[in-house]
Amino acid sequence: MFTAINRRSLGQLPCLAQRFQSTLVIAEHNNNQLTPITLNAITAASKVGGEVTCLVAGTNCAKVADQISKVQGVKKILVAQHDCYKGLLPEELTPLILATQKQFNFTHICAGASAFGKNLLPRVSAKLDVATLSDITEVKSQDTFVRTIYAGNALATVKCNEKVKVFTVRGTSFEPAAVEGGSAATEQVASPSPAGMSEWLEQSLTKSDRPELTSAKVVVSGGRGLKSGENFKLLYDLADKMGAAVGASRAAVDAGYVPNDMQVGQTGKIVAPELYIAVGISGAIQHLAGMKDSKIIVAINKDPEAPIFQVADYGLVEDLFKAVPEMTAALKK
Amino acid sequence: MSRVLVGVKRVIDYAVKIRVKPDHSGVVTDGVKHSMNPFCEIAVEEAVKLKEKKFIKEVVAVSCGPTQVTETIRTALAMGCDRGIHVEVSGKDYEAMGPLQISKIFAALAKKEEASLVILGKQAIDDDCNQTGQMTAALLDWPQGTFASEVTIDGEKVKVVREIDGGLETIKISMPAVLTADLRLNTPRYATLPNIMKAKKKKIANMKPADLGVDMVSRLEVLRVDEPPTRLAGVKVETVDDLVAKLKANGTI
Repeated sequence: MFTAINRRSLGQLPCLAQRFQSTLVIAEHNNNQLTPITLNAITAASKVGGEVTCLVAGTNCAKVADQISKVQGVKKILVAQHDCYKGLLPEELTPLILATQKQFNFTHICAGASAFGKNLLPRVSAKLDVATLSDITEVKSQDTFVRTIYAGNALATVKCNEKVKVFTVRGTSFEPAAVEGGSAATEQVASPSPAGMSEWLEQSLTKSDRPELTSAKVVVSGGRGLKSGENFKLLYDLADKMGAAVGASRAAVDAGYVPNDMQVGQTGKIVAPELYIAVGISGAIQHLAGMKDSKIIVAINKDPEAPIFQVADYGLVEDLFKAVPEMTAALKK
Repeated sequence: MSRVLVGVKRVIDYAVKIRVKPDHSGVVTDGVKHSMNPFCEIAVEEAVKLKEKKFIKEVVAVSCGPTQVTETIRTALAMGCDRGIHVEVSGKDYEAMGPLQISKIFAALAKKEEASLVILGKQAIDDDCNQTGQMTAALLDWPQGTFASEVTIDGEKVKVVREIDGGLETIKISMPAVLTADLRLNTPRYATLPNIMKAKKKKIANMKPADLGVDMVSRLEVLRVDEPPTRLAGVKVETVDDLVAKLKANGTI
């Protein structure tokens, strides 16, 4: 019935088209906790202007669905619980999203531009025979978006004329939606039969008590200048003093000082904290791509010519092995 | 024993500081140094390694674009690929070409060449899309092993260690499959001069998207390209105390 009304009104009053936008946000979670970037994606979805629906798929969805039901801006939650969603494999989630799309006819489908969203959405998009917009930083209108290209060195404003707009959202470019005050209704959706072409075996997550890198207020990052993995302890001490997350440049990761998931940059994580402290990092284009939207940038480097000083609000030309312990000590006062 | 398709893209060299065109239609590419996308080099290296380990019998390097992309294919051949396919796209079609069109070409070629693996880089450093591998897998209905940092072939299955946000995860996918290479997958070899000479003798087939039945129409329209806002120049501080005092003064810490 609604489709009929929709179609008729569209014919008579094209200006009403905007009213009938509806966005599906694919929730990212670990069966226990909603991943924070989903909240940023919900904000971006709200900016499109229509009704926001969230899809929670997993082996155990109750807790996460409950969390989302309170998130502001979400109208409806679709829950698909099935053992085949173990590891949230795109081969299994895609048929589910397509079935959901067939049923509800969303005009927009989005997710956070995390490893999860980047893995999944292009697969969905190709199945719908539409292009994907990756890592958008701004919603200009229901069909026009801004995204960065060339490692953040240019901003492209792109108009998407597809019947369904599929996009991933840069978390740091949108405020997280409020986690209280919402009241979304929950609806179960049926799961298509398992595709069975892939299998999730195991996960080895880097354990840390520090805040998560992409959403931390303060990030302390180290580069090649740290010289060894042991020396990163200097940064951990400083970070713990500030309640900061610790990041790294590609050089530090490649040299094996720290694990890959700490890499900040074009091909690692994009962060935009209140304060970013770059220690022993020269500031290559690829690293700047991941942190130059930080509010305040501090650089500690003994090379006064290092490109990092061109983007730093405060630069200290000094040996990091002297400066970092001094700073940790100064913060103790 | 089977065949691998490797996608290679010609992009502006990663070390170049790009410039936005004054008319905001794109970035300046004329007269700018281009080279193979770094992630594609890693994909090529992995394919060649799989061949050296005798898991596969032939590696075919594919690139879509104008005549110049044959240089990129030559580089892949010099690294050890057996032959090349140049899917010729130029002019307006090339400007509008995105991951969706490219994945249609790859999917068609994968079928035509009866490939059992398609290996691509995880993203191109120019459009930063990170989509083509996923889309190719979707169109073929094959499983995908994206952001791979370790690939092990085990019979008809591939074990892939993937780089994810919190660390690593391991999946097992059935072949045929699409893989996309992350930085940590391997260290690409340099093409030696004898290999560069040998590569000149290897064959590069030329075809058009239409030969593969691929429609290049794009429904994305780049309205404008801008420079990102520039940051205001900062200040140099003399001492750590000075730095801490400044950060405290503006309320950052």
